[in-house]
Amino acid sequence: MFYRENGQFKSTYASDQQMLPILQDRAFMLGLLAFAFVVVPFLASDYLFLSILIPFLILTLAAIGLNLLVGYCGQISIGHAAFMAVGAYAAYNLVLRVPQLNFLVVLVLAGLIAAAVGILFGIPSLRIKGLYLAVATLAAQFFSDWLFARVKWFTNYAHSGSVQTAPLEMLGWKIDSPAEKYVFLLAVLVVFTLIAKNLVRSHIGRAWMAMRDMDVAAEVIGIRPVYAKLTAFAVSSFYCGVAGALWGFVHLGAWEPLAFSLTQSLNLLFMIIIGGMGSLLGSYFGAAFIVVLPILLNQMPGILGVPISTAMISHLEFMIFGALIVFFLIVEPHGLARLWAIGKEKLRLWPFPH
Amino acid sequence: MLKNAIGKNWPVLTLGLVLLAGLVAPFADRSTTPGFYVEVLLGGLMAGVLYSLVALGFALIFKASGVFNFAQGAMVLFAALAVARLAEQMPLWAAIPLAMVIMVALAWLIERLVLRPLVNQEGVALLMATLGVSYFLDGFGQTVWGSDIYSIELGIAKEPVLILGNLFQGGILVNKEDFVAAIVAAALVAALALFFQKTATGRALRAVADDHQAAQSIGIPLNRIWVIVWSVAGFVALVAGVIWGSKLGVQFSVSQVALKALPVVILGGFTSVTGAIAGGLIIGVGEKMAEVFLGPVLVKAFDLAGGGIENWFAYVLALLFLLVRPEGLFGEKHIDRV
Repeated sequence: MFYRENGQFKSTYASDQQMLPILQDRAFMLGLLAFAFVVVPFLASDYLFLSILIPFLILTLAAIGLNLLVGYCGQISIGHAAFMAVGAYAAYNLVLRVPQLNFLVVLVLAGLIAAAVGILFGIPSLRIKGLYLAVATLAAQFFSDWLFARVKWFTNYAHSGSVQTAPLEMLGWKIDSPAEKYVFLLAVLVVFTLIAKNLVRSHIGRAWMAMRDMDVAAEVIGIRPVYAKLTAFAVSSFYCGVAGALWGFVHLGAWEPLAFSLTQSLNLLFMIIIGGMGSLLGSYFGAAFIVVLPILLNQMPGILGVPISTAMISHLEFMIFGALIVFFLIVEPHGLARLWAIGKEKLRLWPFPH
Repeated sequence: MLKNAIGKNWPVLTLGLVLLAGLVAPFADRSTTPGFYVEVLLGGLMAGVLYSLVALGFALIFKASGVFNFAQGAMVLFAALAVARLAEQMPLWAAIPLAMVIMVALAWLIERLVLRPLVNQEGVALLMATLGVSYFLDGFGQTVWGSDIYSIELGIAKEPVLILGNLFQGGILVNKEDFVAAIVAAALVAALALFFQKTATGRALRAVADDHQAAQSIGIPLNRIWVIVWSVAGFVALVAGVIWGSKLGVQFSVSQVALKALPVVILGGFTSVTGAIAGGLIIGVGEKMAEVFLGPVLVKAFDLAGGGIENWFAYVLALLFLLVRPEGLFGEKHIDRV
């Protein structure tokens, strides 16, 4: 009744091309942003920041990166945590070896290095397709696991193989309290989401989607597969590289190569599947789901008052996690983003569905 | 004539040369004796047979249902756990058939609860579903059977034996258990090949693999075929689980064996049983060679904190093969049409 585009006419090209064509959507988005930037930092507890909001923001960024590759360009990658690792270690070494750099510059450079590595591992995609490629991307995963664990230069010859970072500081702003970290990450995420949104609706995003829908047909209409696939790999690994650097510096503070293992890669994949492939909003939903679910499952026995051993809890967690993924795939293969779209469509017609 | 042949096949030739160089390279180090070399080679071949065993499970399911079954590793772990725990209550000859019954029940459940509702979904969704199944099985197996390290006693002596002492100086050390495992695996592969080629069910399986719709239209019941395929994959998982379990002990890491088998599958071609076997042998030998001969060289050259290159070497090897033949060694050539 209230959510309707009646009377909102598009009379200029600019208004035809804007991201949120409906006034109510724009108002809602502005309100949401204001709430997230202004209200949440004062309301949320440190626990909420550290164990939910901060991981959520960073993983959303990584999920967007993976979604650009898998959801938009149709190239499955099971090894994307590798690019997070590249970003994290690149940032670590940049900060260590060139300490005068601003952290934002470090972030971008780390992303660029990850993008270069991404292009390297994307080259097989020009020849290998589908599931073969999916398995081949595992090469990136295992190679990076090995590289950062064994080559001592990357960890600055640390004995345990784990690295530690100094607290963040940029332009005199010391980012150390959870609320400050949250605001910083939120700002980064908003910027990157805007970039991604504009990428996927520009010619490059269309090229990716054409590639995804049918690569041979895309080639016939004049899209160069080399260009489309490698840019997708590059942008996607850039996002994951930045996310990895943030994950290391802002969330973990100290980490070892295990932090970017296959489990993390699979989690990223789950995020975009559950959230919705080929949907930026879906990346948000998926990341929220994957971050919150284990915490909920962990606290369930306490809430229900059932005494279960911790080993049992972790096994049950595995079971429920697996079952839920299958359940979601069966009920809504297009993910939470599709549910959201359906809900919006219903709301548009409510209360008179005709 | 010769020029023509080279011009067309240069990628294959280059790859062949690189592999040949890799096989010969160990002799650059004077301390490598032929005996040791053959020992490594044999070790690689035996490990390779075991990889093939797991890879077979992947290939079977992919061939018959187009599902890339990520849960194969979890199935291996589940089967191994089942056998290990059942064997505590009863003799091994009873435990293994009982575990097989459980695996068939599992296959039926997976078909009913996961695959049937997901018919006609794209490959990625199915891949994700099997990932979910693999998480579930990992948790479920450890909840039901326990999560300690268990052992399976096959009653084969574990001490290594020396063979071919008169041919090579010092003889060759071979693990007897590895040897038995390799024979069992080879027998299993032969049995499966016969089953696929000669029986009516095997023909039906191949028909389904070729074309779901055509198979259905001539009266082959798809659902039953899928249960059979997953049961066979469960059986393969059981054998692999028993062998790996007796080798390494039954523990969570057994499910990681599947990750070793993945490069084997892509190298051999998803749809090919022959590919799974040949790929397993190539990966097994390549990995062992790299671990023994290339690893120390790398560690020395780059001052690494330990070798461990076998974790990624198989993948890189498979990638090299795929760059030359994108559909794997024995995979069906894919022709794209608009």
